[in-house]
Amino acid sequence: MAFNMRPTKNPMPTQAPEIRKHNFDEVAIGYTQEMAIDEAKRCLNCKNPGCVPGCPVHINIPAFIAKVAEGEFEAAYQIISESSSLPAVCGRVCPQETQCEEHCIRALQKLPKKDENGAMIKDENGKPVMVQGEAVGIGRLERFVADYHREHAAVAVPEIQKNGHKVAVLGSGPSGLACAYDLAKWGYDVTIFEALHVAGGVLMYGIPEFRLPKAIVQNEIEGLKRMGVKIMTNMVVGRVISIDELMEQEGFEACFVGTGAGLPRFLGIPGENAKGVYSANEFLTRVNLMKAYQNDSSTPIQHAHNVIVVGGGNVAMDALRTPLRLGAEHVTCVYRRSKEELPARKEEIEHAEEEGVVFDLLRNPVKILEDRTGSPSPRSPEYNPNYGNVIGMKVQKQKLGEPDASGRRRPIPVTVEEDPDAIYTIPCDCVIIAIGTSPNPLIKDTTPGIETNKHGCLIVNEENNETTKDGVFAGGDAVTGAATVILAMGAGRKAAKSIHEYIQAK
Amino acid sequence: MFKIVKKEVLNPTIVRLVVEAPYVAKKAKPGQFIILRAYQDSERLPFTIAGEDPEQGTVTIIYQIVGAGTLELNQLNEGDELSDFVGPLGRPSELEGLKHVAIVGGGAGCAIAYPLAHKLHELNADVCSIAGFRNKDLVILEKEFEEASQKFIKMSDDGTWGEQGFVTVGLENEILARQGKENQFDEVIAIGPIIMMKNVVAVAKKYNIPCIVSMNPIMIDGTGMCGCCRLLVGGKLKFACVDGPDFDGYEVDFDSAAERNTMYRDWERTKYEEGCNLLKEAK
Repeated sequence: MAFNMRPTKNPMPTQAPEIRKHNFDEVAIGYTQEMAIDEAKRCLNCKNPGCVPGCPVHINIPAFIAKVAEGEFEAAYQIISESSSLPAVCGRVCPQETQCEEHCIRALQKLPKKDENGAMIKDENGKPVMVQGEAVGIGRLERFVADYHREHAAVAVPEIQKNGHKVAVLGSGPSGLACAYDLAKWGYDVTIFEALHVAGGVLMYGIPEFRLPKAIVQNEIEGLKRMGVKIMTNMVVGRVISIDELMEQEGFEACFVGTGAGLPRFLGIPGENAKGVYSANEFLTRVNLMKAYQNDSSTPIQHAHNVIVVGGGNVAMDALRTPLRLGAEHVTCVYRRSKEELPARKEEIEHAEEEGVVFDLLRNPVKILEDRTGSPSPRSPEYNPNYGNVIGMKVQKQKLGEPDASGRRRPIPVTVEEDPDAIYTIPCDCVIIAIGTSPNPLIKDTTPGIETNKHGCLIVNEENNETTKDGVFAGGDAVTGAATVILAMGAGRKAAKSIHEYIQAK
Repeated sequence: MFKIVKKEVLNPTIVRLVVEAPYVAKKAKPGQFIILRAYQDSERLPFTIAGEDPEQGTVTIIYQIVGAGTLELNQLNEGDELSDFVGPLGRPSELEGLKHVAIVGGGAGCAIAYPLAHKLHELNADVCSIAGFRNKDLVILEKEFEEASQKFIKMSDDGTWGEQGFVTVGLENEILARQGKENQFDEVIAIGPIIMMKNVVAVAKKYNIPCIVSMNPIMIDGTGMCGCCRLLVGGKLKFACVDGPDFDGYEVDFDSAAERNTMYRDWERTKYEEGCNLLKEAK
């Protein structure tokens, strides 16, 4: 088979920015079969592939891509599903550029640049002009394969020999789903306990529809149910039932804690309680989980005109792009470092820019300003219905100093002596705070024997993801603090293996 | 899943529901709350637990029809099932060791105040309940309060039930009557509209009596995830769902809490009116 030696990836077809910023449909449309085959042929099928160790769940990437190149899409899916329970999700939200694709040989190669007719372009000295190659679009192919499977394959009920051992999985986000998938495959009787009314965790409440359609998440969860995994919603473990009760009274031999990092952090500046100030979790939960983007939704959301989002991660990007789709005219990202340090994926930043998001970088919020004119009382002649609403944010300019513990350059406030305009006000009617989350203390507070570090993250043995309590394993954001979907899935799989070994050794 | 086994109208706008929820019933303690959704895609509505029967596996809640959400909930009847019912959430009220307690309830807040009076009564505390309503037609749980209280002070805005005046008047009179005596209050617990709780705290503070209030902010998940229910308590951000709902009344910033509760006032009103109109058309 001839390899495709074009240095660049097939671009992902997307909705045009001016159209997509007014709807909640998915931004990326996905490869066609022709594009997928063409892209797959860019894979050189390395003997010692760098991509596989780069993948936290170790998908056999060259093998599945070879099947795509042959047009055997279902076979490709079967290869992925040996390692990943959520390919349609990961193909969409994984930061492939810092994982599998970062190690792709095609991204490390320089190739001669060619014109439209395939002729080499040469410089004035007659030497070929070289271009840096791009990685094979592994994520895009994974997504294509998962979508192909969902649209074409018959719904199969897998035959699994049950082994009679019961395992409880706490939380139905990426780590819990991945853990449950492996355990169910090996015959365990798995029950997932979910606190909210629907399974999926951050995939449902956090990541917006336009990046990850909820129907796709639910489709993956239906697949788990067909494998015999039971899902109990409305079960806040720690309140409704404790880990000790699950293990002592309900017959679960091991527990996996994948309860995520759901507790939002706030800035701790004046005005943070004003009306119109949201945590990103609240804003996104209202829109995604509670469907406030639909006109007939029973959950209200502010349709602001002028929104400021504080923070620069992937959640901040979601929080920036969502209000645009609800009709906001101006959306501004306020981040205290420079563009280089923005922790969000490049693709997300580019998408946000294309949609008209303004990045006000090297700015730190100092105070949120509230409307204090008139009276809050509807009975008063001076009644002001906007009393207490956000009207602006005072920010202070920052400059970058030496790198801090995170390795990124530390922001230092610019003083008014240095710059008379160092502190100024940006008008807005809504502020969304997306500066991170920490793990919920509920499990720690209600489970004797479980220990956490000073950030509230569960302490685990790095070898096997076991917590300080016998038979209780953990993974995902509950252990690491806020991270990515795929890292959480990797931890879930690792814990599943440890749980298997733990139960078999008993 | 969560069947309504009993539905009882307490006054024209306040309704008591007994719901089958065995897990919740087993764990519920006074002061905790639940979140329910009437139908799939309904709003998540928080309600304080008004009673539980672990043997029958049932939980009682009392709701007032104030917005679109409660109007929709009220469409369900005995035998119908709620889509979701999760709890118990929040920290239980700390009632142990209290000897002489004033329980102050205002309007629908009495529904939340009553289980505390009942529990304290069971713990052999001396309970003085002070309930206030706008008028006699809105009174709820009169008999229950009588049974759970050593003394029951009735107040109404228009004087058609008990004495005329706000609960603060009844409370202050009782504090004065007990001053210097063995039965002076060691705690006041206030549950009702924010302005009422603010005023009750002022009275309690005047006489140096600790005052606990039960906060009822707008909430979504009820597990600490969204931060919507945040309050300023002693100058710090607290989440009513995980740090409360009970707080030291001396420390709560009631004005900011009252403001935050009006966040969706216009939206709520429109939705409620739409709901009412739909019901009228249906009739």
